[in-house]
Amino acid sequence: MTKKSESSRRHFIAGVAATAGLAAAGSFVPTRFAIGVAAPVKVGILLPYSGTYAMLGNSITNALKMRIDQAGGKLGGRAVEYVALDSEMSVPKAPTNTNKLIKKEKVDFLVGPVHSGIAAAMAKIVGPRNAPIMIVPNAGHNGITGSLCAPNIFRTSFSNWQPAFPGGKVMADDGHKTCVTIAWKYGAGIQMMAAGKENFEKHGGKVVKDIQVPFPKVEFQAFLSEIASIKPDAVFSFFSGGGAVKFVKDYAAAGLKDSIPLYGPGFLTEGVSKAQGAAAEGIKTTLHYAANLDSDANRKFRADYEKAYGASANVFSVQGFDTGSLLLQAMAAVGGDTGATKDLISVMEGATIVDSPRGAWKMSKAHNPIQDIYLRQVKSGENLVLGVAAKNLEDPATGCSMA
Amino acid sequence: MSLKAPVTFFLLIAVAGLAVFPHFSDEFYLEFFTHLMVMGIFAMSLDLLIGYTGLVSFGHAAFFGLAGYLLAIVTPQDEAVALWLSLPVCLGGAALAALVIGWFSVRTSGIYFIMITLAFAQMLFYYFNENEALGGSDGIFIFSKPFVGFGDWQIIDLANPTTVYYFVLASLVACYLLLTVMLRAPFGQVIQAIRANEHRTRALGYDTQRYKLVAFVIAGTMAGFAGYLEAVSTGIVSPGHLHWHNSGLVMMHVILGGMGTLYGPILGAFILGLLHDQVQEVTEHWHLVQGVFVIFVVLFLPRGIAGLVGRLFGRPPDLDLEENRVAGEDGNKVDAEPNGERTK
Amino acid sequence: MDLTTFLIQTLNGVQYGFLLFLVASGLTLIFGIMGIINLAHGAFYMLGAYIVYWLMGYTDNLLIAVLVGLPIMLAVGYLIERFAISYLYDRDHLYQVLLTYGLILIFNELQKIFWGTDFYSVPVPSVLGGSVTLTETQVYPVYRLFISLICMTIAAGMYVLIGRTRLGMMIRAGASNREMAQVLGINIGRVFAIVFSLGAALAAFAGMVGAPISSVYPGMGDQILIISFVVVVIGGIGSIKGAFVGAMLIGLADTFGQVLLPDFASVVVYAVMALVLLWRPQGLFGKA
Repeated sequence: MTKKSESSRRHFIAGVAATAGLAAAGSFVPTRFAIGVAAPVKVGILLPYSGTYAMLGNSITNALKMRIDQAGGKLGGRAVEYVALDSEMSVPKAPTNTNKLIKKEKVDFLVGPVHSGIAAAMAKIVGPRNAPIMIVPNAGHNGITGSLCAPNIFRTSFSNWQPAFPGGKVMADDGHKTCVTIAWKYGAGIQMMAAGKENFEKHGGKVVKDIQVPFPKVEFQAFLSEIASIKPDAVFSFFSGGGAVKFVKDYAAAGLKDSIPLYGPGFLTEGVSKAQGAAAEGIKTTLHYAANLDSDANRKFRADYEKAYGASANVFSVQGFDTGSLLLQAMAAVGGDTGATKDLISVMEGATIVDSPRGAWKMSKAHNPIQDIYLRQVKSGENLVLGVAAKNLEDPATGCSMA
Repeated sequence: MSLKAPVTFFLLIAVAGLAVFPHFSDEFYLEFFTHLMVMGIFAMSLDLLIGYTGLVSFGHAAFFGLAGYLLAIVTPQDEAVALWLSLPVCLGGAALAALVIGWFSVRTSGIYFIMITLAFAQMLFYYFNENEALGGSDGIFIFSKPFVGFGDWQIIDLANPTTVYYFVLASLVACYLLLTVMLRAPFGQVIQAIRANEHRTRALGYDTQRYKLVAFVIAGTMAGFAGYLEAVSTGIVSPGHLHWHNSGLVMMHVILGGMGTLYGPILGAFILGLLHDQVQEVTEHWHLVQGVFVIFVVLFLPRGIAGLVGRLFGRPPDLDLEENRVAGEDGNKVDAEPNGERTK
Repeated sequence: MDLTTFLIQTLNGVQYGFLLFLVASGLTLIFGIMGIINLAHGAFYMLGAYIVYWLMGYTDNLLIAVLVGLPIMLAVGYLIERFAISYLYDRDHLYQVLLTYGLILIFNELQKIFWGTDFYSVPVPSVLGGSVTLTETQVYPVYRLFISLICMTIAAGMYVLIGRTRLGMMIRAGASNREMAQVLGINIGRVFAIVFSLGAALAAFAGMVGAPISSVYPGMGDQILIISFVVVVIGGIGSIKGAFVGAMLIGLADTFGQVLLPDFASVVVYAVMALVLLWRPQGLFGKA
């Protein structure tokens, strides 16, 4: 019912109209010298627009466009054309989709994806060509800015390690000695649970059981009974989307919420806390964003987003927004010359995104954000900040030759 | 199975078109057509089961993905492995899996066969999906392309997309010819007889179980070959390659293209693929267009797209099956149904 | 595992079995009785959940939402049968597969157009909001028990409908021999239309009463599709009793599989199905 207004997402030429295009077509000047009258900059987007994770794809895309529109709809003085494809969360389809953006549409920048298997498939194609520059606005797999890291691959979101690691200390600080971890048995779940466990045990806690739920199963009763019989001090958990809604509700319905507090990386309640309702109240999570961060940038971002799309902003839209900021910064520095890949890379590498809704962050050597991780708690359906759980947290970037 | 001359003519034109296509194509469509031809081989292999033997497998992607994983496993990170070595391993693995799964599955029939093949494919899917050593749900890379040559002498370079294109085209033609010859041979006649009426075929003294199993293994091996080619050209394999969505997709290619013809499934793969490619650019709601298209074909093209080709270029290609079915209308309907599944 | 845990896990397994029967119940009619491989089953389930979510925006009463929603889905099922499925009865079953696949694509897109891509939830009705204490740490939500009750009612209702009523007799006659039934004066077209719309409505009903615990989100139909087929096939096609036993078997196997064999949790269900079909190729209660 809350369908946002999105005029043709596929081919949307922002800003400059037909005249500039005609001038460019008539002159046959290669784009890198044609600043001012140039063909539009092509931004290719590969995100899920159907299926369970479509909300993430839409949030990221909307905020990315909003950011660039706010800056006049241009990148380095050139109009922008977006080509967005539905990834369908399918790894087998990823090579064709990526090829389509790079080789058919000849995009200057590649934004995506949500799924880390697709990220690997994209990196596999983009990496050896050294072009175009790929910006990952969500997929958190540690390896993307770890063993798979490459000069032309950047990430504006997080590594799975980042939002999970501080959670271990939070539990220990709350006085918990034992905990059970429960997450889907796939890349993100495994990496996040490992990071949380690492820090929890470093601070004297003990993980007594590691429950891995087959992905994407959402029937949790048997596991909840297991948790109830183990009676740990706390539960550390990662689910997202529909699974997060159901897990949090089932956890509360099983009566565990009050006796065994639930913790986890913020995705457990991000963008879904309204659907979770009372069941989510009081849950503490750690994430690189919180709705009520006290900054002008965040307040303006949330108001603008609400106004433009009739939905409240979440961490995914922040990641899309910052992807826009990174593109703006880099393209301004090279004066819109998309051919200057080396310069673009060096600007992005040294970038600090000052006006991010999540607070200022800067790019690490491995091309992953060095950012604050906040401790948040759900109050009346909103993820409100309690404080900073880890300041300027940098991913260890294990296996990355650039770090 | 009688290929009418005009259809042969149509196929020759199509092959000639594919042969000259790289000269006019950009990089994307070259690789995209490579992918579509691979899907064509994959769909053709499934048609051997669905369209000719009457075995509806809903787990065919298992062999496709398994061969890809085997290639990833035998390919070391930093050196190429010879095609002469990796291809037999991958095909052998797919064949072995098909033998085991088929041995169990051919005992059932009809809807139960559909579901038991699905069950085995799902087990393999979950095995790879949860195997962290093989990349878990994200999948795994094949770092270098198989080496085709002797010693240091490379005959063809599979890192070159155009070479891969022709390699796959040649494979497609070879698979087509292989299946054509096989279907005309006594073996092919028997499996088609099984589809038409298993009881009678058994009564004639044929061990139908064994014939079905052999057909299942051949189809599984060819699906493995398609999976091998896909893995070679994209360099990545994931659990998604074995997912039932993929089994369903290839089944769509077969039914939409036209069961019981070898070129129908290839057409199905191309038309669904190109429809996706084109409509995706025009509208955000391309799923809607795709859905309407599929329903349109079902309702208005009774024998799939191949039926249309047959009508344009000659008589319906699966005339013999059709006659059987029409005869069935007189009251002996069961005979025309695969495995009499209608009777339950 | 001590006795208490064992009993609780058994309860979980049985309860999951009830849920499975609920989501598969529509399929036992369309697939089990009519023999149509209805891939759109999950889409009907999803539509039910979204319709209830939508109606809850007008009325806060789940019961009213369900009562208003069911006729909508009956109509949707009826129209699909009349304008599409009914043309395919004389053709190979696989065209039904293709057609219902097309329906999935259409319904998923319509869901996106009408309701967007957000995650929604439907509150548990306050009368059923309580819980029963199991152990000092775990309680059991009353709503889940309520669903089990609904499920038993449906199972009994279907058993009586198919096995004991005149309509049921016509359905069975039509399913086993369409032409013969026609000759005997049964309007088989109408019977099949009724069965299909009942099946679609049942699938949607599962989505509706399940919505408060499953939540409502894009792609939710995909999650239940395959498992529903598994349940019906294990039980044996055409048998309501079989589907019920199949659901219980899968519910228990899945629950204990997860607890006892966590590394093979997701394989257990399919292994059970394969074993059942190898032992009895027609399913537990299917007729050879």
